Amino acid sequence: MVTFTYTVWILLIPFLMFILLGLAGHKLKPKLSGLLGTSGLAVITALSYITAYLYFFQTEKIDGAFQKIIAYNATWLQLTDDLHIDIGVLIDPISVMMLIVITTVSFMVHIYSLGYMKGEKGFERYYAFLSLFSFSMLGLVLSTNIFEMYIFWELVGISSYLLIGFYYQKPSAVKASKKAFIVTRFADMGFLIGILILSFNTKTLDFITLTDPAGPAIAQGSGISFMGLSVMTWSMIFVYMGGVGKSAMFPFHIWLPDAMEGPTPVSALIHAATMVVAGVYLVARMFPIYALAAPAALDVVAYVGAFSSLFAAVIACTQTDIKRVLAYSTISQIGYMMLALGVSGYGGHEGLGYMASMFHLFTHAMFKALLFLGAGAIIHAVHSNYMNDMGGLRKYLPITHITFLIACLTISGIPPFSGFFSKDEILAAAFSHNKILFAIEYAVAGITAFYMFRLYFNIFWGEDTRYEHTPHEAPVTMTIPLIVLAIGAAVSGIIPFNKLVTSDSKAFESEIEWGIAVPSVLIGLLGIGIAYIFYGKKSSLPDRLAATFKYTYKWAYNKFYIDEIYLFITKKIIFRYISEPVAWFDRHIVDGTMNAIATVTQAVSFRIRGFQSGQLQKYVYVFISGAILLAVIFIYLWH
Amino acid sequence: MNTGVPLIYFLILAAIMFFAGVYGFLTRRNLITILMSVELILNSVNINFVAYNRYLYPHKLEGFFFSLFVIAVAASEAAVAIAIIINIYRRFTTINVEDVDTMRY
Repeated sequence: MVTFTYTVWILLIPFLMFILLGLAGHKLKPKLSGLLGTSGLAVITALSYITAYLYFFQTEKIDGAFQKIIAYNATWLQLTDDLHIDIGVLIDPISVMMLIVITTVSFMVHIYSLGYMKGEKGFERYYAFLSLFSFSMLGLVLSTNIFEMYIFWELVGISSYLLIGFYYQKPSAVKASKKAFIVTRFADMGFLIGILILSFNTKTLDFITLTDPAGPAIAQGSGISFMGLSVMTWSMIFVYMGGVGKSAMFPFHIWLPDAMEGPTPVSALIHAATMVVAGVYLVARMFPIYALAAPAALDVVAYVGAFSSLFAAVIACTQTDIKRVLAYSTISQIGYMMLALGVSGYGGHEGLGYMASMFHLFTHAMFKALLFLGAGAIIHAVHSNYMNDMGGLRKYLPITHITFLIACLTISGIPPFSGFFSKDEILAAAFSHNKILFAIEYAVAGITAFYMFRLYFNIFWGEDTRYEHTPHEAPVTMTIPLIVLAIGAAVSGIIPFNKLVTSDSKAFESEIEWGIAVPSVLIGLLGIGIAYIFYGKKSSLPDRLAATFKYTYKWAYNKFYIDEIYLFITKKIIFRYISEPVAWFDRHIVDGTMNAIATVTQAVSFRIRGFQSGQLQKYVYVFISGAILLAVIFIYLWH
Repeated sequence: MNTGVPLIYFLILAAIMFFAGVYGFLTRRNLITILMSVELILNSVNINFVAYNRYLYPHKLEGFFFSLFVIAVAASEAAVAIAIIINIYRRFTTINVEDVDTMRY
């Protein structure tokens, strides 16, 4: 039997690295601090792979199920006799899988940044923040209870804020970081309310007790009802609200495209591979409650996911900033994962959607990090984010070209790359559960292939734009991570997730369903074909099409005006009709009272200040007169 | 026991000294003279102590001791006051009490 006590170091090393680089970073040479951060990550990556090996292959299963192991636990805050907040480390299939995802991508991003961020001001600050992020994200996935998770949830929020605003002299970056923080914070309010309802009704915060299908928590909470839904459903919907914010699902998706203001490796790590899937992880972590006690909340998860994936895919077709296309594609793919969880059942083959979601999370982390890092290499070479400035780059950037192509094929679900396997599982799960959702996702698969290859053809094919200076391939520190991730994206489809990561931790049999796989590959190829006709050679077709569907195109190009709606609600309604009257009251009534007191005091003092003449003898004169007066009163008048 | 000079004489003398001191304190502008007026006031009180002790409680000594204490305190007070006056002189180059009005409003 293996004890996993050493896993505490997976959390401690990046934390200590953050303190070291944060406090002493400016005294070290930038290169040294970068190498320190990277080597720290290398150690925990190794530890994570060892943990995965030991957990999946060396630990004994009980009843064919992987055990949830508490590697470390300490009571942090004792609220009542039975309700306490712990800080600990929980090892179970999804947390081990997330360890692999986070450390792999984070390690690659650390190496990549050595080249990408070279010579930037604040290099050591950048590495300190990356370490902080790694620490908080690992803490999030290893949490033993929902409150610990909430703490780390906020910590990833703050590190995301710091990294988006890394170029703090750029006003747009500052604006984007504030937007990301405020929007996710607003969503987290729902998360906190959900936690409070949950802990109030079940008297526990512990994941193992909460998610035990036969345990008391699920039975207790689902009994009480409020406004037609059980209290468990309400709390799960509120908890999901936090997930919606962090995972940038509709309607809280507005922060993610703006978050692309941060350095590109940060976008790859935080806003594509790890932090934004925290919402999916949260639902997966609480999954037995969703599936067994709150099916209505699970439907909410499915529909929000499906809508977001379609909505974001349509917007992605019209954007011209390559990072924004990738950002909308991320929203769309996370929508897929949410949908897969939403259509899943609990246990055995019923839990196909759960397994598919985790599988897609894994493959998506690989190929989306790869896409972002590839985009970083392109931006590094061309010094522009806009695809109009690019074209014909395949000759100049051969490695980036090949790896980017692999990533595009993977996300489009073309075999034998990994995206094919995970997407097939999701579509199969959706098909057996709900035909409408399946139809949406099937269409989205085609749109995804279309916009990814629109991106690909625009960047690497098409006309050879005249560049001011010839673009050159990125340095070796940047190409190695691209190659490693490309291998990961290509082959991770063979990982038998149905044996390792399932809803009830038991292995089940699942095979590729050719009835679904073949049409989904066909629609992917169709999307690629249309993209080739539109963008493979110079063609006026896209412009003519855009002119025909002028209004639809304009709506999609402006992201369906969601940002404007938010601005309208906040500025025109909340600010004008709530904030301004409150500000008036504060300025005129509250401040006015205080000012009046001050004015009266000042006026009175002005009148009587003549007494304070500074003439010693006048004071004495008054004093003696008083003394004599008192003497006269006491001697002659007082009886 | 009484040797002819009645108590009231001493009290009148003390009162005259006291009011002379107060008058000097209020009218003089020179700080040194003001200090001297303060000494007059203190000594008038000493005379009162001694006289009352002698005439009312001839077998006791508290009044004498009290006046001894007052003399000691007056001596140290004079030292402190003169130090202050010297500092005032250094700063304002005057010891006229009317010119030292920095503490006004």
